[in-house]
Amino acid sequence: MTNPKTSPMQSLSKAVTVNDNPFMKPIEWVSLLLLAGVILVVLPLMLDGFRLNLVGKYLTYAFVALGLVICWGYAGILSLGQGVFFGLGGYCMAMYLKLEASSVENTKIQSTPGIPDFMDWNQITALPWFWQPFHSLPLTLLLVVAVPVAFAFIISVAMFKRRVGGTYFAIITQAIAAILTILIVGQQGYTGGINGITDLRTLHGWDIRQDSAKFILYFVNGGLLIGCILMAQYVKKSKLGRILVAMREKEDRVRFSGYSVAGFKVFAFCLAAAFAAIGGAMFTLQVGFMSPSFVGIVPSVEMVIYTAVGGRLSLFGAVWGTLLVNWAKTSFSESFPDMWLFGLGALFIAVVLIFPNGLAGIWREHIEPRLFRKAKGLAPAASPALPHGTPAE
Amino acid sequence: MADDKGKDREKGLDSALRRKLLMGLAGLPALAMMPRGAFAAAPTSAVNTTGLAVTDTEVTVGILHSATGTMAISETGSIQAEKLAIAQINEMGGVLGRKIKIIQEDGASDWPTFAEKAKKLLVNDHCAAVMGCWTSASRKAALPVFEQYNGLLYYPTFYEGLEQSKNVIYTGQEATQQILASLDWVAKEKGAKSFFMVGSDYIWPRTSNKIARKHIENVLKGTVAGEEYFPLGHTQFNSVINKIKLKKPDVIFADVVGGSNVAFYKQLKAAGIDLSKQTLLTISVTEDEIDGIGGDNIAGAYSCMKYFQSLKNPNNEKFVAAFKKMWGDKTVIGDVTQAAYLGPFLWKMAVEKAGSFDVDKVVEASPGIEFKEAPEGYVKIHPNHHLWSKTRVAKALPNGQFEVVYESPELIEPNPFPKGYQ
Amino acid sequence: MFGDYSLADLSSIFVMQGFAGLILFSVYVLMALGLAIIFGQMGVINMAHGEFMILGAYVTYLCSTFFQTYLPSLFGGYFFVAMALAFLASGAMGMLVEWALIRHLYKRPLDTLLATWGLSLILQQAYRTIFGPREVGVELPSWMMGSIPVTDSIEVQINGLFVIAVTTVITLGVAVLIYRSRFGAQIRAVMSNRSMAGAVGIDTEKVDRTTFGLGCGIAGIAGSAFTMIGSTGPTSGQLYIVDTFLIVVFGGAASLLGTIASAFSISQTQSTLEFFLSGSMAKVLTLLAVVAILMLRPQGLFTLKVRR
Repeated sequence: MTNPKTSPMQSLSKAVTVNDNPFMKPIEWVSLLLLAGVILVVLPLMLDGFRLNLVGKYLTYAFVALGLVICWGYAGILSLGQGVFFGLGGYCMAMYLKLEASSVENTKIQSTPGIPDFMDWNQITALPWFWQPFHSLPLTLLLVVAVPVAFAFIISVAMFKRRVGGTYFAIITQAIAAILTILIVGQQGYTGGINGITDLRTLHGWDIRQDSAKFILYFVNGGLLIGCILMAQYVKKSKLGRILVAMREKEDRVRFSGYSVAGFKVFAFCLAAAFAAIGGAMFTLQVGFMSPSFVGIVPSVEMVIYTAVGGRLSLFGAVWGTLLVNWAKTSFSESFPDMWLFGLGALFIAVVLIFPNGLAGIWREHIEPRLFRKAKGLAPAASPALPHGTPAE
Repeated sequence: MADDKGKDREKGLDSALRRKLLMGLAGLPALAMMPRGAFAAAPTSAVNTTGLAVTDTEVTVGILHSATGTMAISETGSIQAEKLAIAQINEMGGVLGRKIKIIQEDGASDWPTFAEKAKKLLVNDHCAAVMGCWTSASRKAALPVFEQYNGLLYYPTFYEGLEQSKNVIYTGQEATQQILASLDWVAKEKGAKSFFMVGSDYIWPRTSNKIARKHIENVLKGTVAGEEYFPLGHTQFNSVINKIKLKKPDVIFADVVGGSNVAFYKQLKAAGIDLSKQTLLTISVTEDEIDGIGGDNIAGAYSCMKYFQSLKNPNNEKFVAAFKKMWGDKTVIGDVTQAAYLGPFLWKMAVEKAGSFDVDKVVEASPGIEFKEAPEGYVKIHPNHHLWSKTRVAKALPNGQFEVVYESPELIEPNPFPKGYQ
Repeated sequence: MFGDYSLADLSSIFVMQGFAGLILFSVYVLMALGLAIIFGQMGVINMAHGEFMILGAYVTYLCSTFFQTYLPSLFGGYFFVAMALAFLASGAMGMLVEWALIRHLYKRPLDTLLATWGLSLILQQAYRTIFGPREVGVELPSWMMGSIPVTDSIEVQINGLFVIAVTTVITLGVAVLIYRSRFGAQIRAVMSNRSMAGAVGIDTEKVDRTTFGLGCGIAGIAGSAFTMIGSTGPTSGQLYIVDTFLIVVFGGAASLLGTIASAFSISQTQSTLEFFLSGSMAKVLTLLAVVAILMLRPQGLFTLKVRR
């Protein structure tokens, strides 16, 4: 699954010398096509509905990993609280679906029909104000992105204006994840508590539980993911992307050159939050519920590891990394339920110690040179020695 | 491709497990023992019309609990009990003449994983029934899957109620069964009028306390002096203990869970609250929890459950002996472990009553099923899919066991949607 | 809300509540001290800190079983042996981890976070495999249980006093070690300017390893002490990690005094709020206040200027 065919690249690599900074280098086009092919064609043909739905779930995490490539890999901001944005996006979607599932007709056995069942159990007799907007689908779709981004904006403006450093930021985002989890679990009348928002049925009348719906949602998910990759690629290639890299390497120099460092950081963080939120919403749609266990620290750190495994500087790597780790997790835990934590732990350590650039690094350093050896004379510019911004040692 | 590999491994794992289970039976002419009654001859096509994993000799059942993660502490006992029950059923000749084959999946203490694995057990493995889930959150996550694919889940934990599904048989008590009788007892026996509630902050303690509060205020005409919740995993209880000391309630009503449990009782003891003088009634401490809390720290507290390991009846003595033989002398058996043990038997009886493995027929046959050999004494499935059962109050002893001090005279009717308590 | 109580009741409750806050304060200091050394002095984000604590707790558990079985007459004093062993075990483990893992990552602090997270997963599973998934109960000698009645309504927990005493001793020890000893001078030298410290002949690698080991060893002692008040299970360590990091960061990472001040303010806020509000909300409000203050004053309460 992770062994893409590579022959077309050789012929394409010639074109590289033509333009110094195209939107995407040929090899990146190939990577994109390959990824799109695998996600949209190969996997749906190969896997049964059950496995495909699983892959769909994994791909929702890939949105988060993608955001982390921009925010961590390029801008150098490690967030251990991406679960917060994934969760907020997912909760926004879940609130809409829950309201639809809690129509007066479906909930007539409750003491207050028409509100979600968990509210009824908690003696809440009217829908709280912040649930009201989620009666409308367009508004929900807007809020899915807007709420997490606004939240990310508030956090990051406060922090970056005051120049909170990398490690501090990581720890503070972690604390925020912890706070939000306690809050969601504690306010169960409004949030569904630890059980989360469950028993979601229809999206605007369309039953999302049937297999056909899951199949369609898988493609929507895949399409959105590729859209997000293109957007991230655009950011990466723009001047903005270069400033982000420059900032990561020497923040002071960028600041002294007259750029607002905080502004760029805020942008990167908000973009990552937006991606995570889209992932969260797609997760809710495909899995059929949302719970605080995605908001906490553990899932947030796990999502960082997906990025690290894929290669923190590679957009495509992030997706492959997510797929690989989750596939390993699922099959490991099916075969050796007692032992898979060892494997996951070892993977963390190996990625950090031995492969700091993850799968993408292995590809660039070991596989690509071999493929291009024959074509070396022809395409010097395609030489792999330019991983976009290897971490400065 | 990932599929096939996974399946092969499961088979390998499963047959290894079965070998282990069958070792206990070595020497017994197992085949000769099989009752060759009428149903043994029933052709597979007749007993399985919905494509379940049933062959002429085998039927597949899933076990879905957390073997890893934070919940592994609690769920291990359930896994052990279910495996014991299945081994015993196989020893008795299986279900409709078919041996039960187990596929075990790990929920990894992660709710979507429960949904995912439930789907795998139903869609890929076509399990005829699944024994599993522990926390409410895991059940809530898996429930839509069971309803969508018409599976059958036997859920062992005592829980908050407010649920009833065609596809679930709840073998533990729902909140009113567990709480009301014990509150009546403590009011009568200890003359308790004021209560202080301490719980972990999530749905089960909050719902249970809500039910308890209504009962205390409306039926017992007592007062609730305080109601406090702490995040899961909280380990500092000195402030709330001070509050308790200030309010001097007749009864501390505790439903703290997990690691917090240990901290709560240790700190209670350290603060000089002597549980032989201060009545403490808990609905969250079984023999399993005492292992971690330490018998000395909780001795004197009262726990209300439907089952205690020390229960004196022939069924239970047989069960405890068999359990220890299979899983070692040091294991303790808590309420949920016993409830998990009921699942496979209740399923077997329903299947045999229905004469079919088809989920719809098994569900239809389930109400009214009686299990007279239950370690807790006797249980019967109510049409609402919960069990009629007795409630018992027992005092914790320093050795980690309980001494039963009260047993409700009648079986208590399960009532997952109690009127007047919502 | 005080209307219902007599003055005597109230005053004794205030005393008891103050004492509860003091215990919480000691617990926080003990938790954070090891991390303050590792994160504050070395810049390493050790996410496995909780697991090092639990290692200490398991050592204590093993000790208690050992003494019960073989030396029941000496059981009353086993706890001191257990704490010493916990320090050694966690410290040795820490040095091993430093050698195998951390020393390759000094220039990449964020990566230490990932690597130690992986380590924490491995340790958790190792505990689970060795000691089983259930929590273990640590038997305490009888003199450490119960409380001393001071007046009719004021009682002082013995294990609380014990934790306070342990914390005081360890804190003083660490302060003397870092600010008054030759080794401490070396640690501080390496921290402020690694290459210069190397140039004047300090064996920076050795200093790093010992410092890391020291931090982990203190975590081990903390874990050992916490068997008196908390649970000992494979995942218990995770319960402490967020609080611990916040305390260190809030205090200003490089300052021991800052850590103590921050542990004091956080513990007092929390225990006061807990008394007036529900436990969950108290926790949320405390954490929120800390995060908010950190946003306004990111360098923490106390800072130390260092040349990077």
